[in-house]
Amino acid sequence: MGSYESELNLKATELRLGLPGSDEPEKRSCSVRSNKRSSRESSVEESRCKSNVNSDDSTTTSDHDQESVQPAKVQVVGWPPIRSYRKNSLQQKKVEGDGSGIYVKVSMAGAPYLRKIDLKVYKSYPELLMALQTLFKCTFGEYSEREGYNGSEYAPTYEDKDGDWMLVGDVPWNMFVSSCKRLRIIKGSEAKGLGCL
Amino acid sequence: MMNYFPDEVIEHIFDYVVSHRDRNALSLVCKSWYRIERFTRQRVFIGNCYSITPERLIQRFPGLKSLTLKGKPHFADFSLVPYDWGGFLCPWIEALAKSRVGLEELRLKRMVVSDESLELLSRSFTHFKSLVLVSCEGFTTDGLAAIAANCRFLRELDLQENEVEDHKGQWLSCFPDSCTSLVSLNFACLKGEVSLGALERLVARSPNLKSLKLNRSVPLDALQRIMMRAPQLADLGIGSFVHDPDSEAYIRLKNTILKCKSITSLSGFLEVAPHCLAAIYPICPNLTSLNLSYAAGIQGSELIKLIRHCGKLQRLWIMDCIGDKGLGVVAMTCKDLQELRVFPSAPYGNPAAVTEKGLVAISMGCPKLHSLLYFCHQMTNAALITVAKNCPNFIRFRLCILEALKPDPDTLEPLDEGFGAIVQSCRRLRRLSLSGQLTDQVFLYIGMYAEQLEMLSIAFAGESDKGMLYVLNGCKKLRKLEIRDCPFGNMALLTDVGKYETMRSLWMSSCEVTVGACKLLAKKMPRLNVEIFNENEQEDCSLEDGQRVEKMYLYRTLAGKRKDAPEYVWTL
Repeated sequence: MGSYESELNLKATELRLGLPGSDEPEKRSCSVRSNKRSSRESSVEESRCKSNVNSDDSTTTSDHDQESVQPAKVQVVGWPPIRSYRKNSLQQKKVEGDGSGIYVKVSMAGAPYLRKIDLKVYKSYPELLMALQTLFKCTFGEYSEREGYNGSEYAPTYEDKDGDWMLVGDVPWNMFVSSCKRLRIIKGSEAKGLGCL
Repeated sequence: MMNYFPDEVIEHIFDYVVSHRDRNALSLVCKSWYRIERFTRQRVFIGNCYSITPERLIQRFPGLKSLTLKGKPHFADFSLVPYDWGGFLCPWIEALAKSRVGLEELRLKRMVVSDESLELLSRSFTHFKSLVLVSCEGFTTDGLAAIAANCRFLRELDLQENEVEDHKGQWLSCFPDSCTSLVSLNFACLKGEVSLGALERLVARSPNLKSLKLNRSVPLDALQRIMMRAPQLADLGIGSFVHDPDSEAYIRLKNTILKCKSITSLSGFLEVAPHCLAAIYPICPNLTSLNLSYAAGIQGSELIKLIRHCGKLQRLWIMDCIGDKGLGVVAMTCKDLQELRVFPSAPYGNPAAVTEKGLVAISMGCPKLHSLLYFCHQMTNAALITVAKNCPNFIRFRLCILEALKPDPDTLEPLDEGFGAIVQSCRRLRRLSLSGQLTDQVFLYIGMYAEQLEMLSIAFAGESDKGMLYVLNGCKKLRKLEIRDCPFGNMALLTDVGKYETMRSLWMSSCEVTVGACKLLAKKMPRLNVEIFNENEQEDCSLEDGQRVEKMYLYRTLAGKRKDAPEYVWTL
């Protein structure tokens, strides 16, 4: 496979937009090759991001590139190439429901004030637990059906529709979201009483 | 020697020749074989519905029983083809209905299907058995009701990824009690509810039902009852899989699943609670095909746990939340894997998703891999070279690096060498999709090595006309070429005009070809339809020769200029 290395095309680096080695996850561009573009293209290119790099000019430097690049993340029509049916069904899942948030109070013993979070923002338990741990600077440890959060410093609990205090994680996520009225982070020692035995 | 055999003997021999290409070849041998072949031909595949008129087809193959039609160009999937471009089923059904063809099977892809066509279809062919619609649109559940009600011997109704308007009628209930012939029913893409009672009764009276794919409106308890009635199912698509794991319904389901040992293919999970997945572990060891690409509710860790049970998988479609580590688990577990598709879980990908590492792991663990569709965040030349070495058997290799124009992140070079390694190693490669930063060099490699290549998809690649020319000159078996946003222009388009008659079609959008060049091409090649889409809303309809063409689609045809093209399509 050595022959491939010898076919290195250094010119390729000149096509890069931005300094070599710099991270550019957001930039998207369609290389424009010639000057002969007709004016009508501007209406067509509404949804495309253009770079002004002229590749006929082989001395284009990366500095030049940087000036002319559109910084914002612009969506290119038909890219990435995912079937519209699939794209629509992905988006549908995100937009499910009436769109309004489900805000619940979160309290923690010893904390000076309560917080509020929007349950709709999270899609799963791991996401929610991560957010709570970050918000309150605590750790929950591994969840298991048998032991709950046994062994960890803190445990997340919630009050459900019936007014009962339940351990977070036992029921399917959607069921939890629809029945959770408020959250409370309790000390691990308190949690022993809530173990699902 | 063959001329001394009576026709009946030759016909009998032809019965063994099944593939479309082989039959086409037979018909070219001599007049006598042409005649015998056309009368005995039962299955016809039309890759472009505008390449021939229905009347001419029927005239040549009066014994036609099974017809496959494809309509819109492939890039229509990605919203690049304007609405109403074409691909209408209607004229085909009308022509077939008028004739004496005893149509039994119809398979359509990317066509516009109206309720009226479905109704006419259902009433015109007494022995109609099988309807497969893939990525079609234009119909509602009313059309399905007509099929259900009128096709007395229906065996297969397979709807894959269609846009269907739901009219809240009870289409499923339209299957009469006398319909007991169903073998395959797939309505996973429908959004509305069906009568669960009617569904259960239908399943109960269909002893030959092997494949059933439900939509999300079918809840878990109904699924359990259905599975009870159909222990012979081999292919199951689950709709909703959400339930309280402590409930009786869930426990019943677990027990029912244990009885369904013949299921080898599983899909769906359109709604899913991860806690419920453990119920299907018992059937996982039997699975050869698993499609979880629409199961957005399953997190990576759950996915991995599931796959550990699936040692026999040959086909796996999943979402990128499985991650590189998860692909490592697939590589360890699924030694028989032949086809893998990894889809992005969000249109621009999930940052914790898959990279070149996952693909390399797969290539190491799964040497039988021959078909790949891989959406990822980045790819390196080194990884592709390794993959090429480990998996020389690729027939389909489609790589989509989500960020257009992204080079190798380690070396900042274009991915020419990586793809070059793929085409050099995989001598049987028939389909290739490129992405990432690419120069003309990759096309040189493709032209040189990809001898069996039939379909090539290019986006945001290349530097000059040479790139496209390497491909047109080198790939002798090329049938479909689709290009978007590449600097290929008139010289590339016009250098070898005869080439396009050896291909099914060419798509070029946002490239550098001009109206004048397209006109010239159309003039030189009367048996090509050269279509330009003029989507400009301005009233001036004059196309100046020097104007750049935004979208061009050309295809060979015996049917001449089509009469159903909308306003904005100019056939030159």
